[in-house]
Amino acid sequence: MKTCLVVDDSSVVRKIARRILEGMDFSVVEAEDGAKALEVCKRAMPDAVLLDWNMPVMDGFEFLVQLRRMPGGDAPKVVFCTTENGIDHISRALHAGANEYIMKPFDKEIVTAKFQEVGLLALELPSEA
Amino acid sequence: MTPPDYEYLRKLLKDHSGLDLSTDKQYLIESRLLPLARKCGLSGIPDLVMKMKGGSSLHIVQVVEAMTTNETFFFRDKIPFDHFRDIIMPELVKARAARRSIRIWCAAGSTGQEPYSLAMCLKEMGATLAGWRVEIIATDLSQEVLEKSKAGIYSQFEVQRGLPIQMLIKYFKQSGEFWQINPELRSMVQHRQLNLLHDFSLLGAFDVIFCRNVLIYFDQDTKINVFNRLARSMDADGFLVLGAAETVVGLTDSFKPVAERRGLYRPTGARVSGGGTMPKAAAMAVGN
Repeated sequence: MKTCLVVDDSSVVRKIARRILEGMDFSVVEAEDGAKALEVCKRAMPDAVLLDWNMPVMDGFEFLVQLRRMPGGDAPKVVFCTTENGIDHISRALHAGANEYIMKPFDKEIVTAKFQEVGLLALELPSEA
Repeated sequence: MTPPDYEYLRKLLKDHSGLDLSTDKQYLIESRLLPLARKCGLSGIPDLVMKMKGGSSLHIVQVVEAMTTNETFFFRDKIPFDHFRDIIMPELVKARAARRSIRIWCAAGSTGQEPYSLAMCLKEMGATLAGWRVEIIATDLSQEVLEKSKAGIYSQFEVQRGLPIQMLIKYFKQSGEFWQINPELRSMVQHRQLNLLHDFSLLGAFDVIFCRNVLIYFDQDTKINVFNRLARSMDADGFLVLGAAETVVGLTDSFKPVAERRGLYRPTGARVSGGGTMPKAAAMAVGN
């Protein structure tokens, strides 16, 4: 089973994300800020990170920069999930090594589409009629 | 919704658009027509049906449009666009090297996601197509969705379904909560209103036809008729792309599947009967 680390300071958002990701057969780990998320990654690298931008202690951007410098830190697919929807933020995130970017609000279909995009999920094909 | 109202709508949709709803699609009708009824200031579907029975062609057109408009995503199902990039275009670039032109038809262009996805694929090919004339014709039954397609403006939700973020920042301009596809890509797509039940030979011959997830709503005879006419609108070495749940197998000999490439078909050149005359329904179809 693949693991996804959900990093968001809102427990409600984490719960919504957890429900969606568990429905996609991911094992979910939560962290409420970038610093706690780095601790999780030091113990074991997740396959995926769903990452908020604005958080206390350490924001998502700083987390991403530090993650990519860690040994094995280039492996996880990082998908931002944030209310920051400006093209400047998106460009900065991609430049720092984010794989995809979700602009909140999000739903199951968007998470599914983005996870398929980065190869975390296989495409579902309808059967031939 | 009462069974007589359902039957009335079912028959009307069949006659006007070829849409062939089975007997258990009440939820689909309700989910599409209730918002429409409200928009028209009516209390519900019974009122809407009453207006239509009273001969309101405006309501009839709106009902047909609401029922035949399908939700669509950029790069929907992904695989057809992989086929387009990896199989169709490389072969056509070779085969059309002399005339350097390619014509592509999106036969259910809807709100533009499919034609613009193809336009993005073409842009990504870069210099390979320098000096080529590549036309994308997007048609749809509904004028309303064609207007949306022409504008090329999408909500934040719409640009997040199927569109890689790199493509979003490369080919769209942000304007508040909305994203508009850039003028260069918009200019690559021409829009025409068209009912597939009608004669479409005037559109000319195509090298590639995308006709996905529209024939599934038609009955068998209508499907065969459309397939046979599509074959006649296509160059002998062209490509037909159908939806993942659709097939020509068992319906017509005018196309054959490409091995190992799901949803991809090529004309056989077989002379097929059928398709010469329009189905009865077409005579009553809206739009002319």
